[in-house]
Amino acid sequence: MKAKKYITSYCSIKNGKVNVNGKELFSDSSLPSVDFIKSVYKHFQLNYPKFYKMDHLSKLAFIASDLLLKSNPIMQKYAAEDVSIIIANSASSLEIDTEHQNTISDKNNYFPSPAVFVYTLPNILIGEIAIRNCIKGENTFFIFDKFDSDFMGSYNNSLLDSNKAKCSISGWVDFYENKYQAFLLTIEKEQGILNIEHNSEQLNKLYNN
Amino acid sequence: MSAFVIADNIISPLGFTSSENFEQLKQKKTGVQRLETSELSSEPVCAALVDTLILNSEFSKLNSKTEFTRLEKMVLLSINDCLKQNSNIDVASKKTLIILSTTKGNIDLLDSSLAAKFDKKRVYLWETANVISQHFNNPNKPIIVSNACISGVLAIILGKRLLETNQYDTIIVSGVDILTQFVVSGFQSFKAISTEVAKPYDAKRDGISLGEGCGTVVLTNQESRIKSQEPRIVVSGGASSNDANHISGPSRTGDGLFLAIDKTLKESNINPSEVSYISGHGTATLYNDDMESIALTDAQLANVPMNSLKSYFGHTLGAAGVIESIIGIHSMRENTLIGTYNFSELGVTMPINIIKNTASAEINNCLKTAAGFGGCNAAVFFQKVENN
Repeated sequence: MKAKKYITSYCSIKNGKVNVNGKELFSDSSLPSVDFIKSVYKHFQLNYPKFYKMDHLSKLAFIASDLLLKSNPIMQKYAAEDVSIIIANSASSLEIDTEHQNTISDKNNYFPSPAVFVYTLPNILIGEIAIRNCIKGENTFFIFDKFDSDFMGSYNNSLLDSNKAKCSISGWVDFYENKYQAFLLTIEKEQGILNIEHNSEQLNKLYNN
Repeated sequence: MSAFVIADNIISPLGFTSSENFEQLKQKKTGVQRLETSELSSEPVCAALVDTLILNSEFSKLNSKTEFTRLEKMVLLSINDCLKQNSNIDVASKKTLIILSTTKGNIDLLDSSLAAKFDKKRVYLWETANVISQHFNNPNKPIIVSNACISGVLAIILGKRLLETNQYDTIIVSGVDILTQFVVSGFQSFKAISTEVAKPYDAKRDGISLGEGCGTVVLTNQESRIKSQEPRIVVSGGASSNDANHISGPSRTGDGLFLAIDKTLKESNINPSEVSYISGHGTATLYNDDMESIALTDAQLANVPMNSLKSYFGHTLGAAGVIESIIGIHSMRENTLIGTYNFSELGVTMPINIIKNTASAEINNCLKTAAGFGGCNAAVFFQKVENN
């Protein structure tokens, strides 16, 4: 019999709203996506100079992960190599891919930049979360047409069951053509304060909330 | 439960089957060429490019009436060759899953000249994977791993792990990336590309050579599906890690790669002294190769014969982990250690045992390692097992 796993914290950013563990902490539906993300950063005074170098996708992931881990400081409990980061999205890094493509498509105005190019990989956002929190465990970025709670739920459970991770940061971070959504959660073997079992049904419920 | 390798294919400038590719490597032939003019770059560039005329001619043998992209053609040919090799693979079964490993997929469709030919959504990686899975009438939603240069190794590890859940009995892992101006210009902007063929681990190394291609391995947990005459090769362990150090440079200490190797060998119940051969990442950048030498020394693997295949195939990004694992598998089958093309004098921080000339040796297992942007590292371990 496999031990139960629990969703011990979650953070959702969509439609101009920031929700942490079921509580709406910030909302501003008047701003376009890019400005909204900046205003969340300022509102919560996250104070991380590297934020300004990031592409929109990594900024969104950074904010969601920071608010998540402020509500549940898992790194005080687990060793760096025991925490995994397993994240997915639909548009990969297409937002910044388009930006990089625009710097090379005109031969007379050719200016590819390493600062842009480095973000043309979706897993860079995992790297940003890992650097910020000193996390060294398993990391994988998946692509799905939409949030796949069955796959993500069972894969994370199998990582914890096989002790490949003791805690997993997982979820969905997508940003393309002004549409954005972040939903990150921590999964642990202990109930935590939320006492929500980690399974596909609960993941869907919280993702769609 | 074991994850057995039951078929494999490589599509590269060196050939359209694994055997063709392995033969070329044994003869120390590289696929990396200096291209004086190309669509990839306004200046000359060294790269391993698959000839489009040959690709199209091979693809026409599949008699497909549908239009596919260059990248998709490589994957379809690669999977098709695996199916031909082993009639026990039922690609249309509910118990068969396709995993696609790619960093950029159909990124050439962002270029306006090609965009008009395909639906806009074709640039999404999930749509590319859907098109591939539909071609083979596979009923399952394909899984896509897009995790920089460790994608291929991760996809093989994932395949092994999914077989252990028993939800599937066969996993087809395809790793693919194509060379585009998109990728070449980006690495040029990093000043990471060598003006010559890359020189992994060499004192005179000065950067990478890029490449393109596709590799496919088919894994199963059903021993009965192995062709009887073949040595049994299993994926016995694998792990990934993050340096938590820098998004575009490897850790100076190699601690992330060390972690991935350490976890992999422990899962495989193997002591460092038992490792026969290491297929390294070996991109031939200054920092990557130094980092690897430190991590391998810390893992007590400094004496194990090791090569990099990047000077044969170029760096094939999302395909690299799969293509290089397949060469490792063939090295085990043929008990042949492939020499590192263009390597002459060791020039990394810690002394490691780089194979210079191709030679025969008893190879019981192979450790494949990889590292990538975003600070990620991965390792996977293949073992030969006795026939029952």
